[in-house]
Amino acid sequence: MALKLYGTVSSDGTQRVQACLHEKEVDFEFISVNISAGEHKTPRFIARNPFGEVPALEDGDVTLFESRAITQYIANKYEGKGTDLIMKDPIQLAIQTVWMDTENQRFDQPFSKLIEAAIEGDRSGQDVRQYEKKLESVLDVYEQRLTESKYLAGDRFTLADLHHLPGMHFLRSTKAKGWFQGRPHVRAWAADILSRPAWVKVAAMSPW
Amino acid sequence: MATSVTVYGPPLSTAVSRVLVCLLEKDVPFQLVPVSMAKMEHKKPDFIKMQPFGQVPAFQDDDITLFESRAICRYIAEKYPTQGTAGLYGTNPLVKASIDQWLEAESQSFNPPSSVLTFQLVFAPRMKLKQDEALIKLNEGKLVKVLDVYENRLGSSRYLAGDEFSLADLSHLPNTQFLVDKTDRAELFTSRKNVSRWWSEISTRPAWKKVVEMQNA
Repeated sequence: MALKLYGTVSSDGTQRVQACLHEKEVDFEFISVNISAGEHKTPRFIARNPFGEVPALEDGDVTLFESRAITQYIANKYEGKGTDLIMKDPIQLAIQTVWMDTENQRFDQPFSKLIEAAIEGDRSGQDVRQYEKKLESVLDVYEQRLTESKYLAGDRFTLADLHHLPGMHFLRSTKAKGWFQGRPHVRAWAADILSRPAWVKVAAMSPW
Repeated sequence: MATSVTVYGPPLSTAVSRVLVCLLEKDVPFQLVPVSMAKMEHKKPDFIKMQPFGQVPAFQDDDITLFESRAICRYIAEKYPTQGTAGLYGTNPLVKASIDQWLEAESQSFNPPSSVLTFQLVFAPRMKLKQDEALIKLNEGKLVKVLDVYENRLGSSRYLAGDEFSLADLSHLPNTQFLVDKTDRAELFTSRKNVSRWWSEISTRPAWKKVVEMQNA
């Protein structure tokens, strides 16, 4: 029985999971959730994701929410299939986890505010600038990291990079010159990961 | 024998205390090296080498230097699977997935509002900074929604990820302790029957009580 992914084409969490499923060459059914009709707040959906958010994954009896937990589940379950997304060596895995948490804790929050502003369009310029500055200082750290290492966790593409795909895609499409000016390693890394066939499939469906 | 595990940072820092409680749960001896935030030690080059964002904690053992408290906790739980509290990070893939799910929920949904409230209600007054009432109200509203989800979950599950105490519960200890103990917002937790029961269980674990002692020392 195929996996079922509940989400929307514009949700960065849904995109993150789609990217993972494509990388792992795992068949899945994409079930669109009608956000404007409030489907994500119905009891039926809340049973899948108690926070009433997308995405959610159904794998037989197993239901999971939180995109970054879902990607880890898929990457582990389908080890040996498609792209290997997880470092095997415990030390390298620890480093991978550091950068996965960095995305979660430092990159995601300012990025989320920026995409909210882009979609809702009613934030003041000052609000957005605060988050832009935060993101810029995060990218400075990434620039340093990527001088030492081709990908965030080490010498190959892992979930640490994949988790950034929706955010980097958005940044590249909105302010390319600004973000990557003076950050050649971030630029090269972004170009590399965003050109992966698995991501190109997801980006084709993305509204931004 | 000197221990090779070192944690850098003050125990009062929520992120530092998250790492400390994990080490104590796993019976891993460690040394705690103070970092004076007042003297900006966390922004000095030597510290930045360990933690490029210039924040606490940083963690070192014989094999590695790490940052991000939840990543450090996972490393500790995986490195010492059989000593101390077993099952902190699950003993099979499905349990691990459930723990990851609730750890991510803590990270994404619980941490942001509870961190803002902790700063505004506990630290701002100590630092003689003006509190932002609008920000407090906004984040209380967000936290209430999260706690409603937890209330429901903990009605059918002893701990967040399942029947056993895990990293998912552990991760909530630092912020909740401040909010329950050092603010007048304890009732956010104590008025919810299941959340209150869960908080009572996890906060009275010996490892956490030891960390609170270290914070109050």
